[in-house]
Amino acid sequence: MVSSITDLITGIVGNFFTFVQLMDATVRMAIPLLLACLAGLFSERAGIFDIGLEGKMLAAAFLSAAISFTTGSVWIGLLAGIGASMLLSLIHGVASITFRGNQLISGVAINFLAAGLTVVIAQGWFGQGGRTPSLTGAQRMPEVDLPGAFTRIREMRDASPGMQFYSEFISGHTVLVYVGLLCVPLSWWVLYRTRFGLRLRAVGENPAAVDTAGISVVRLRFAAIVICGVLCGIAGAYLSTAVQAGFTKDMTANRGFIALAALIFAKWRPWHALGACLLFGLFFAIDNRFQNIQLSAFWVIVFLVAASALMMNYARKNERIDVLVLGGISAIFVTIAVSVWISQIGDGVGAIGALWETVKLPTQLIQSLPYILTVVAVAGFVGKAIPPRAGGEPYVKER
Amino acid sequence: MQKMPAWADVVLIPVISLILAAVLSGLVMLAIGEDPINAMRIMIDGAVGSSQGWGYTLYYATNFMFTGLAVAVAFHARIFNIGGEGQAMLGGVGVAFACLYIPWPHWSLALIFATAAAALFGALWVAIPAYLQARRGSHIVITTIMFNFIAAGLLIYILNEVLKPLGQMEPASGAFPEPTHLPSLFDMAQVFGSEAFESSPANITLFIALFACWAVWALIWRTRLGYEIRSFGQSESAAKYAGIDPVKITMVALLISGALAGLMGINNVMGEAERLVLNATEGAGFIGIAVALMGRNHPVGVFLAALLFGMLYQGGAELAGQTSIPVQMVVIIQALVIMFTGALDNMVRAPLEKLFRALRSGRSVAAE
Repeated sequence: MVSSITDLITGIVGNFFTFVQLMDATVRMAIPLLLACLAGLFSERAGIFDIGLEGKMLAAAFLSAAISFTTGSVWIGLLAGIGASMLLSLIHGVASITFRGNQLISGVAINFLAAGLTVVIAQGWFGQGGRTPSLTGAQRMPEVDLPGAFTRIREMRDASPGMQFYSEFISGHTVLVYVGLLCVPLSWWVLYRTRFGLRLRAVGENPAAVDTAGISVVRLRFAAIVICGVLCGIAGAYLSTAVQAGFTKDMTANRGFIALAALIFAKWRPWHALGACLLFGLFFAIDNRFQNIQLSAFWVIVFLVAASALMMNYARKNERIDVLVLGGISAIFVTIAVSVWISQIGDGVGAIGALWETVKLPTQLIQSLPYILTVVAVAGFVGKAIPPRAGGEPYVKER
Repeated sequence: MQKMPAWADVVLIPVISLILAAVLSGLVMLAIGEDPINAMRIMIDGAVGSSQGWGYTLYYATNFMFTGLAVAVAFHARIFNIGGEGQAMLGGVGVAFACLYIPWPHWSLALIFATAAAALFGALWVAIPAYLQARRGSHIVITTIMFNFIAAGLLIYILNEVLKPLGQMEPASGAFPEPTHLPSLFDMAQVFGSEAFESSPANITLFIALFACWAVWALIWRTRLGYEIRSFGQSESAAKYAGIDPVKITMVALLISGALAGLMGINNVMGEAERLVLNATEGAGFIGIAVALMGRNHPVGVFLAALLFGMLYQGGAELAGQTSIPVQMVVIIQALVIMFTGALDNMVRAPLEKLFRALRSGRSVAAE
């Protein structure tokens, strides 16, 4: 059990192997987010909002597990997963590009379609209550052990720090982890160093200009959507064949939305997407590993009061509505701060002593951090996230 | 020149979309080796074949009316409130606080205050996204999606740390006291000596939902505020030019929307469960999107679409009970309805418009 954040940090740094394990878990958690996030990046940079990342991952997770189980080869499963995701992507494309429908509504529909279809088909196919049978052996993504790396945890624990880092962090991942990480420089290169990338970004900012140059907006946007489908497909297959051994109902567990959050947090840029996904992956890893995160009451109170003060300072200089809303949030923060303080007083602890008592942070707060950070990012009080200008708007050619 | 008669837009397009959705769902059933005709018979029989089935249908419809109206009001201002789920969760929390912490002498008093609490909590939950949209230009869809997840976390926290009685394992509040129990439709039927709606959860909230439908109609088409909301939705720049404050309209439209979604709490928390449980909303917030799209954002349409989705949900539950088709079949139908009425609207509309144009020109040729 860990008693406070400082103990947590000294615990991690003091025990290098624990630190390496945490980093390793962070990367494992971040990969599906990263692939989905890059998928969304291509789509949204081309001006197609995509809130259907979740559904595409889910469909891919199901079909890759199902095909992998029936054929016995995870690679055929992976291709099938990519196919499923691509099919949903193309539906999204037809709805939002060809028929100029509302991209957000189409995304919502795709999420529901995947959530329903996966369970209904899984039940009809395998009859195991909407899941696939467990995958074994060649039906799962193999882990790549780099030369010289230890594979047993006992050997790793006794090894030197450099060897621990090499064996646990660098080696021993499935090939999709390396693929996912390679996708970051690749995406950057495609978007910023190729003609296709320049046109893709342009079509998300000003499709009319691209059209005037004689380049097909429709074709570019479909290309972006196909890339999006492929990446989401890999992300889904990773979940059901590498992280877990088989598909279970709703197994993506909102990762598509967290990826969307990471995309906004990264302001639609590939390297920043890697950073955001690693950060959110770290939240997952911390939440899985440390059930009990504590902080001294003093810092909780300081944080809440400081945030309130900053908000009120902003509101004071602006309009009545700002004072009303930000004042309300500040009032809630201050109330929480006071109640944290009061709850620590008692049992021979005075008002001053109570400040140094430790408070357990709710796990729900840790789990909600990606969402809260995203709201802060789009609020734009610190470094506003501005989406591609033509995002969400169907392009209508001038006649 | 009008492209299509109004009735085609209001009736024909939703009906065609529904038929398309039904046909595709039938194909899915065929694909998994089930008989779609038999499935449809079970669903219809389960939803409207008995007065108990009707009771469940009406109970679900009540939920969907609230969330459908919530989405519709925001749609009139051309704002997509996708956060009905979170707002309905928080509405339920408001109801739970009102029912647990105040000793009500009679259900009618409790109902009035619980209604107010549900609306207030729902509106407060959308206040931050609304403010961020109005003042900071943050995309409402992103913020409300995030607030749905934050609401889910907050609900678990409140149930575990605040409302859970001592010694209970399940993350749920204690049962609400006897005087807050709302009369069900069965109780009301008994007054008239009937045994209708036996053991179904439909309750007096149905009438509040019907009243809300009327109130939304009056608000949107009979008040100055409603006019401002509609003109803001039609053209933001024209509305601004006419002296309509965009910040105020965005805030007000979303607060009303959130309050309507929150009101769902009186039906599912106070009327049915009579305590606050995890996942009390069961996705009704999202069904509101389908209901509003299908109902063409008009309260009458929302009422009919909510009834239809009530039947679907009750029928789907019966289907899952009697066959091996899982209840998620309903989610597929719901997805297809959203797809066809929302995103693929032009696909359904374009051939129809062509058809009507051909009919009209044919008629004018005949008249000459």
